[in-house]
Amino acid sequence: MTPQRLTAASAEPQNWLTYSGNYSSHRFSPLDQITPANVKNLKLQWVYQSPVAGNWQTTPLVVDGMMYITQRPNDVVALDAITGRAYWIYRYTPNPDRIVCCGANNRGVAILGDTLFMGTLDAHLIAINAKSGREMWKTEVATTTSGYSITHAPLVIKDKVIIGVGGGEYGIRGFIAAYNVETGKEAWRFYTIPGPGEKGHETWQACPPKSESFCDPDAWKHGGGSIWMTGSYDPQLNLTYWGVGNVGPDYAGDQRPGDNLYTASVVALDADTGTLRWHYQFTPHDIYDYDSVQVPVLVDNWGRTGLNVVLWANRNGNYYALERATGKFLLGRPFVKVNWMSGFDERGVPIQTPQPPGQPTYQGNQGGTNWYSPSFSPRTGFFYVSAWEDYASIYGGASVEYTQGRNFTGGGPRPFGPVPGAPGLARAPINTWTESAGHGAVIALDAGTGEQKWKFNMTDVTDSGILTTASHVLFTGGREGYFQALDARTGALLWKSNLGAAINSGPMTYRVGNKQYVATVSGLSLFVFALDE
Amino acid sequence: MNRTFRILILTVFPLAMGSPPLHAQAPTPLHDEQYPAVEIAHGARLYEARCVTCHGAQGDAIGGVNLRSGKFRNAITDRDLAAFIRAGSPTAGMPPFTLDNADMAGIIAYLRNMNTFDAASVKAGDVARGRAVFEGKGNCLSCHRVGRKGSFVAPDLSDIGAARSAGSLQRSLVDPTSQMMPINRTVRLVTKDGTAITGRRLNEDTYSIQIMDDRERLRTLLKSDLREFTIVKTSPMPSYKDTLTSDELADMLGYLLSLKGSSQ
Repeated sequence: MTPQRLTAASAEPQNWLTYSGNYSSHRFSPLDQITPANVKNLKLQWVYQSPVAGNWQTTPLVVDGMMYITQRPNDVVALDAITGRAYWIYRYTPNPDRIVCCGANNRGVAILGDTLFMGTLDAHLIAINAKSGREMWKTEVATTTSGYSITHAPLVIKDKVIIGVGGGEYGIRGFIAAYNVETGKEAWRFYTIPGPGEKGHETWQACPPKSESFCDPDAWKHGGGSIWMTGSYDPQLNLTYWGVGNVGPDYAGDQRPGDNLYTASVVALDADTGTLRWHYQFTPHDIYDYDSVQVPVLVDNWGRTGLNVVLWANRNGNYYALERATGKFLLGRPFVKVNWMSGFDERGVPIQTPQPPGQPTYQGNQGGTNWYSPSFSPRTGFFYVSAWEDYASIYGGASVEYTQGRNFTGGGPRPFGPVPGAPGLARAPINTWTESAGHGAVIALDAGTGEQKWKFNMTDVTDSGILTTASHVLFTGGREGYFQALDARTGALLWKSNLGAAINSGPMTYRVGNKQYVATVSGLSLFVFALDE
Repeated sequence: MNRTFRILILTVFPLAMGSPPLHAQAPTPLHDEQYPAVEIAHGARLYEARCVTCHGAQGDAIGGVNLRSGKFRNAITDRDLAAFIRAGSPTAGMPPFTLDNADMAGIIAYLRNMNTFDAASVKAGDVARGRAVFEGKGNCLSCHRVGRKGSFVAPDLSDIGAARSAGSLQRSLVDPTSQMMPINRTVRLVTKDGTAITGRRLNEDTYSIQIMDDRERLRTLLKSDLREFTIVKTSPMPSYKDTLTSDELADMLGYLLSLKGSSQ
């Protein structure tokens, strides 16, 4: 695997070389053997069952008939992509004292040459030989006992592997860093929370001299800004784009006055040096946990304007277009109901409208979307997003003093539930939320305008990513466990299969020989489908 | 010590004088609403059984800990407080407590109101009398089930005293719709061949719905086979506000709170 092949990933559609399929993160495949007409004939080819219980979020890589997946906690498995039989398993036992907020999640590996790269729950970056499964090197990226972790797939650019750190609920100071692919030595580091003297530090304002509420003069030191989804890369501009997570403490806004850059933002970094070229903050002074970790989608000639852009469906419920070289705000438009803001000023800054205490805020804590991979089809010109609709939370911040390794959220939201005093609402396998507390949907947006072109409603919510293909087939899942194929042009249901457990990852597709396969994780199993001979 | 009566020692630190105000931006919503008196009373009884040995009747038997303040530095929200009680504090000698929803809600309601609550203001229900009302005048078993008795048409109440808070149960007796879980809503379905089906919803997804029909049969209907699909948002249960006396309602509440899931 060479940097040139990674740059031209779409030229070898039989493979899936990066987390999102290509550097532009379209999660779109030029493969077209599976069509709207024949998708109903999909048959299960093989299943790989993970021996480890828990939410499984990996997206496989496929390189010339080899498949590489991660499984809990930090195993890498090499499989034959036709049969699902394993060649080797690399097992890594993360530090038992690791601190992670949301389970032993890992979303995949990156590859360059014969080397695979994986971030670990205890904040290490590991290089593994792709033929033998042997460890090549291991680098400590950050101190896990301080709340740092890594859950996303790395991104390889030229001779560097780029990774960021999670831990936004534990008062980390987030960063993105690049490491030499041969040695594991750090090449550059960009802190998502600027320190004293650095541009952006002024957005961590000094505390008022006589504040009636608790204010933390050192708020920036544990200001969060985690990285937990893989970024994108524009080879022409040599810029890499990353979404930055929530500010810490999540909900206690008063103790961290200011916009709190670069939390809830996208940052565009020089891929060679890590130098910040531009940023755009989606949710200044976030008090809603609106992580902006979504996968940046890079599109050329946006809406036939000639502009090259970054497209973004944000957890805060808005769809955005930003000029890719400069970060200039071109478009912002809600794709779901929002009441935390009422519009944008001329600079693209949201006009925030905090709701009164005890009143519901739309979208709720999990957002209009979250980390679920979107898809962009150059064939339809549509941007596809897994959304939560009609879903709200009641927020309340409460001051919290930082303690290393301890939860640092500062209060928390309550679901806008219909029956106070009743048991908490639950989703699959028994969906007790029902129509009273929101539902999931696949929403197709005109990428140029943000106008909704169609919508596929689900009864339960969805954490699934979306895959589209050149033949206008869209694959997605959801909490209900259905793996569904929709017509990417109309949203019409073409095919479904009940895989029995929530689909929490992004589907992908590949080809070996003359056969196109489509793969998705559901529950503890990786399912691979194809058309019969 | 009888392990079923483990001692609850709250060593979360009550607010000291001079501490910074905690409720910074918007006042922190501690609870879904005001704590109902019956919930506080339920908590008071639990406190008496499980906490008072260490914390004392006034909540101040442990040095430096005054539960009567109702506020705790390390447990700002009710969720924090519940987590603390569940985890305990090994260093302070407080064991972890496994409490069901109803008991946890009651304990928290009492801790938040210890300073002002008058236990005499709430009548404690009599479980045996409540059962008699439930099975007799209330006619509850014609729809609900408890243990091996009753109908499957309405939700099984065998463990309702663990699942629901006292306040929620009280409201459900006088205003059933306000407390009905949306999943339990009645659905009226008409198939494409014109067959009408009514039942209580058990589960639903994008393509199908699972119900207990009005003949106590478990059924799955595919939405693609339906001509009509109506979700009824009002409860079919009658209010007992005017048909039971306040004593009967208190007794019924006492009985419902006693239903913890063991075989009846």
